Amino acid sequence: MKALLTGNEAIARGAFEGGVKVACGYPGTPSSEILETVAREYKETIYAEWSVNEKVAMDVAAGAAYSGVRSMVTTKLVGMNVLSDSLFYLPYTGLEAGLVVVVCDDTGMFSSQNEQDNRWYSILGKIPMLEPSDSQECKDMVVTALQLSEKFDTPFIIRSEMRIAHSKSEVILKERVPEIPLPQKFPRDIEKYNCNALFARKKRPLIQKRFQELREFAETSDLNKIIWQDTELGIISSGIVYEYAREVFPRASFLKLGMLHPLPERLIRDFSSRIKNLLVVEQLDPFLETQIRAMGIKARGKDIFPPYDEILPEKMRECAEKAGLIEPSQKKKVIDLGNLPIRAAVFCPGCPHRATFYVLAKLKVPVTGDIGCYNLGSLPPFNAQHTMGSMGASIGQLHGVSVSGCPERAVATIGDSTFFHAGMPPLVNMVHNRSKGVVIIMDNSTTAMTGHQDHPGMDKTLMGEKTERVDIHQLVEAMKVKFVKSVNAFDVKEVENTLKECLAWDDGPAVMITKGECIFVSRKPKPAYSVDLNKCIACETCLKVGCPAVVKSEEINPKNKRKKARIDPVLCNGCGVCSQVCPTGAIFQTQKLEAKE
Amino acid sequence: MKALNFLICGVGGQGTVVASDIVAEVGFKAGYHVKKSDVLGLAMRGGSVISHVRWNPEELHAPMVGNGEVDIMLAFEPLEALRQLNFMKDTGIVVFNTQKIPPISVNTGKEEYPSDEDILARLESRVRHVYPVDALKKALELGNSKVINIVLVGFLSTLLHVEDNHWKEAVQKFVAPKYLEVNLKAFEAGREIGGMK
Repeated sequence: MKALLTGNEAIARGAFEGGVKVACGYPGTPSSEILETVAREYKETIYAEWSVNEKVAMDVAAGAAYSGVRSMVTTKLVGMNVLSDSLFYLPYTGLEAGLVVVVCDDTGMFSSQNEQDNRWYSILGKIPMLEPSDSQECKDMVVTALQLSEKFDTPFIIRSEMRIAHSKSEVILKERVPEIPLPQKFPRDIEKYNCNALFARKKRPLIQKRFQELREFAETSDLNKIIWQDTELGIISSGIVYEYAREVFPRASFLKLGMLHPLPERLIRDFSSRIKNLLVVEQLDPFLETQIRAMGIKARGKDIFPPYDEILPEKMRECAEKAGLIEPSQKKKVIDLGNLPIRAAVFCPGCPHRATFYVLAKLKVPVTGDIGCYNLGSLPPFNAQHTMGSMGASIGQLHGVSVSGCPERAVATIGDSTFFHAGMPPLVNMVHNRSKGVVIIMDNSTTAMTGHQDHPGMDKTLMGEKTERVDIHQLVEAMKVKFVKSVNAFDVKEVENTLKECLAWDDGPAVMITKGECIFVSRKPKPAYSVDLNKCIACETCLKVGCPAVVKSEEINPKNKRKKARIDPVLCNGCGVCSQVCPTGAIFQTQKLEAKE
Repeated sequence: MKALNFLICGVGGQGTVVASDIVAEVGFKAGYHVKKSDVLGLAMRGGSVISHVRWNPEELHAPMVGNGEVDIMLAFEPLEALRQLNFMKDTGIVVFNTQKIPPISVNTGKEEYPSDEDILARLESRVRHVYPVDALKKALELGNSKVINIVLVGFLSTLLHVEDNHWKEAVQKFVAPKYLEVNLKAFEAGREIGGMK
């Protein structure tokens, strides 16, 4: 049977067909849909969980693989940095059953803080790596990687990326492999599974030997394939750019690499020797090119194509024309659209973060920020989250500001899921090291940015089972923070007054927890607000809450010549933040709930 | 069978991805080779969202296309239609929902939203046919503002020669069962508008 699947759905299908029993990860665009698909479609056969962070997920998968069941970890590009500490012991220990790590890179940086090329992790960690170029290969490679993982006693990495993860193509579906019998006992093989330096040192040469065998395997594996056409131009490529290159260079010969590490040196030499002009087409770093040149083979690549951002077919064609590799195509008709208004992402109508950022902007305090929807507080009209770097960085940075001697009392903003992921150690660090500063934990009862996944502060797991809710307020008190207050995130006054108390607190860090459900969690829009145009003086204070539902009307206040406010009843979810900040009481709640889902 | 490239664009939260899933599925059911690509980014938070869908009688490689290669654009918002206009072939068709969603920069007076006349004139200067559709009005008549995407899909179906059943099955596959009835009505409403063009 054939189906149209995204790369992420196909990877989930591969986990099913390949006999995975345990799948885990932390949500992150563009990888999140893999585990969501597993939990939705294959929960009868696969246990899936959102782990608290990627490192924990990696260890969970290791424990499962040691116990003798096939396991999979999924992560976005930067999650590799978090899980690598645990991933790197696995080539030393090996495993009882197959383990595959799927990483989705974000070439072009659509939703990530950097553009790291995770292919290097294969060399750094001494871990074999495969790279699919469409959904069919996504599925097939998971199955293959699991088998090879067992054959070579090492984890495998599959490197996907945004354009594969979020693209659909045809996939032939198969049945699940026969179940591997569950082991009855956990292996007590200390020399194998304990990475004590004494034992690990003995493994080191074995890893080299394994790679010798893997190299031989790569030479003849059908993961790598040659398409012979015109030999005037030959292209070595892999992943999504291989697909682009097939369209841009329809007559060229191709060596398509499905295995990125280790590379098949003889195959590359053989291909290159029959080609007049050799071109390496890859996005980001010259990962293949560097290795191919080190083999003493003449090739062009990064002198033609940029080492950052996507090389979409159009860009590839442009670069190739410039380099004289292909004939110039007909000029496309492009009209100048001028400066169209930018559509930046914004807090949704009814978002619980709005009031806090309104207050932070008003008080003009320095804010170290974190990763989540609340980073939209760094954009206009708030401009109020001044830093953002990595998961949990806000609280560590806040402490740094405190110990730097900077006279300003700073604030950190961090979401509930991010707090569980990487915010707890730096808060404990603040307590222990007698820091000062305010941590705002913005608890919207979900991992909102990545599509509303569960986390330990919620009472339901990815598998849909009821679970214990970890109370953030109690947790912070247990960490011995002396000033902890929970407030209603939608109450502007309460947020402002409590924040002022926190800023005045001098006995260690202060924590304010803003509690208010994400509108996509509560899914309970209240009746829309409306503007009494007789009372509205067009002061534009309500525009400072940055809500898409608060727009300008056509009615003008003759005194200041400004347009009065209007609220779009279809967009408004009735949170009332705009009405709280209105100085003339012109914004009132209507009785009518507009037709909504 | 003729190769067709679609571009579906709008504002995060408008249901463009479901619409593109339906268009892809319909091509697949009709026997085309199909590829599709979504750029989501911060989609749910009101940013611009784009999907490419390709139907082809031959095997396809890239899941997206470049400037000047799109046959049909289905835009959920006028400004977004304008923003993606250079993707269109001269012979292309633009269908756009007339519901305006001003970006925050417009609300706060930093930038200006182009006038209706300007948008229409620029669209018409660039492609062969432009069809404005008031999908929001239809959706509100049906009692659910969220079904604008299926109204637009219904309209689109009248531009293509594909079996009716393929469309309805695809709608059924991608909308929540709870809302199937209103979505099928929305599809018919879109077809009705299409029938009047």
